[in-house]
Amino acid sequence: MNLNAIDSELLKTIADLHTIPTGAFNIRKDGRGVERKSTAHIQVKPKTDKPGIDIIVAPGTKNEAVHIPVLITLSGVTDVVYNTIEIGEGADVTVVAGCGIHNPGSEKSQHDGIHEIIVRKGARMKYVEKHYGEGEGTGERVLNPRTILIMEKDSSVEMELTQIKGVDSTVRDTKAKLAEGASLIIVERLLTHNRQKAESDMLIELEGERSSARIVSRSVAKDDSIQIFRPVVVAKAASKGHVECDSIIMDRGKISSSPAISAEHPDAQLTHEAAIGKIAEEQLIKLETLGLSEKEAEDVILRGFLQ
Amino acid sequence: MLKIKSLSLDILNGSGDISILKNIDLELENDKFYALTGPNGGGKTSLARVIMGIYKNTQGKLYLDDTDITDFNITERAKAGISYAFQNPPRFKGLKVRDLLKISSNGGHETAYARLRAVGLCPQDYLDRECDSSLSGGEIKRIELATVLSRPSKVVIYDEPEAGVDLWSFEKLLGLIKKYHSRGGVTSIVITHHEKVLTLADEIILMADGEIKERGSRDKIWNMLQGDFRCRWQQDCGGDEDELECY
Repeated sequence: MNLNAIDSELLKTIADLHTIPTGAFNIRKDGRGVERKSTAHIQVKPKTDKPGIDIIVAPGTKNEAVHIPVLITLSGVTDVVYNTIEIGEGADVTVVAGCGIHNPGSEKSQHDGIHEIIVRKGARMKYVEKHYGEGEGTGERVLNPRTILIMEKDSSVEMELTQIKGVDSTVRDTKAKLAEGASLIIVERLLTHNRQKAESDMLIELEGERSSARIVSRSVAKDDSIQIFRPVVVAKAASKGHVECDSIIMDRGKISSSPAISAEHPDAQLTHEAAIGKIAEEQLIKLETLGLSEKEAEDVILRGFLQ
Repeated sequence: MLKIKSLSLDILNGSGDISILKNIDLELENDKFYALTGPNGGGKTSLARVIMGIYKNTQGKLYLDDTDITDFNITERAKAGISYAFQNPPRFKGLKVRDLLKISSNGGHETAYARLRAVGLCPQDYLDRECDSSLSGGEIKRIELATVLSRPSKVVIYDEPEAGVDLWSFEKLLGLIKKYHSRGGVTSIVITHHEKVLTLADEIILMADGEIKERGSRDKIWNMLQGDFRCRWQQDCGGDEDELECY
């Protein structure tokens, strides 16, 4: 596959890739898979009944990564993809997903990624997903990720979900079920501007004893953008859960944050907190006393907050 | 030299205008170490914040080395060489100590890291820490001092550097402030209630009721603080000894 300038820029932004990756990967562009590679321990193969791929990580695989970026560079594309990822028992790997849309025209471009992830007993996975939009056209850029995560006994998952720029509309739906001793950390970072709208629903079910989940959401709503968060943690066993939603509101932005916790076991320990507010004036002043302009200070604070 | 001429600060609240600073005239020389002291609510921090440009004075003028800086904003005053160490430094979610020091030293990492070591914090333990509530009050004060000492300054104002810092560490931090001052070319102003700082100062400025009540050598002001002024204050306020602890 030859990468043109737009492809390269999108890949760099969403997957930190400066060229085709050396390990296992699948690159999907404008609704079809364009190149893929398997390795000795990670199989990447296309589904036969619907668009998408199966990724199978062999048990015990350590310190390997698989990249599965999606690029949309045309206007008027609606791409729906179904990916199944199985992380074998005792494996320890990183999955770098993400989608970049460059919409050059006036029609809507949309990507709906439906991921089913199974993390087998004792396995660990770091999952990094970045969403990004750009393009000189007026057409909408839409991304709707849906993730279903099944975590077996003593497995561990860390998810970084980031959407920093240029996506007009997104509806994120994340569901997870955790077995005994499983541990999940989700860190969601979101910046919306102009008239963008972002919704995020999460349902995390702690089904096994000693399972734990920590959900951290940090977001910034600028201009006339709208954000809605509904993370829910349900404890069905002696388990621990914490939900933390922290948002900075600017201009005429609107944010609704409704973290919820539900205990169905007497030994469950659940906490939640949510805060929405402007940038603190003392923070701006402090950085200005170090020589930054107000705009530079604001950028530093927002970058740090979403870091 | 920093010159303050006929400076006033009024603020408007529900009950009308309140006069915070009243017709202040002050000349602060290069290479001098000043202690600014006086009872709580006397206007010390307000004066410091007016000098830094955080509060806009209602009347009067400020000059730095004969340049009129009255209309300079905070950024312009910082670039002109004024620095201010906050009494209660703000915390930043997500912003790392490394980021803050990088800004304060204008990219000069080595200076910033050396300052961090100088305030008693190991760079390897603190550079990647977030400047948020996970840091103690004493740690955040030390980092604040490191940010200020990383900058080349003509005037540095330290707002109660002793607040929140244990006595043993404060001795060291005070030594650091004096060392920075002794490099020359800087006017140091320490807002303080701490006896040790008062005894180290070249000159003490006593503020109360939004006015400069007295200024002079440490012996002169120290005697006043122990004698006449203390009695006069007690008569004016009708306060008892406990209420006078602030000075």
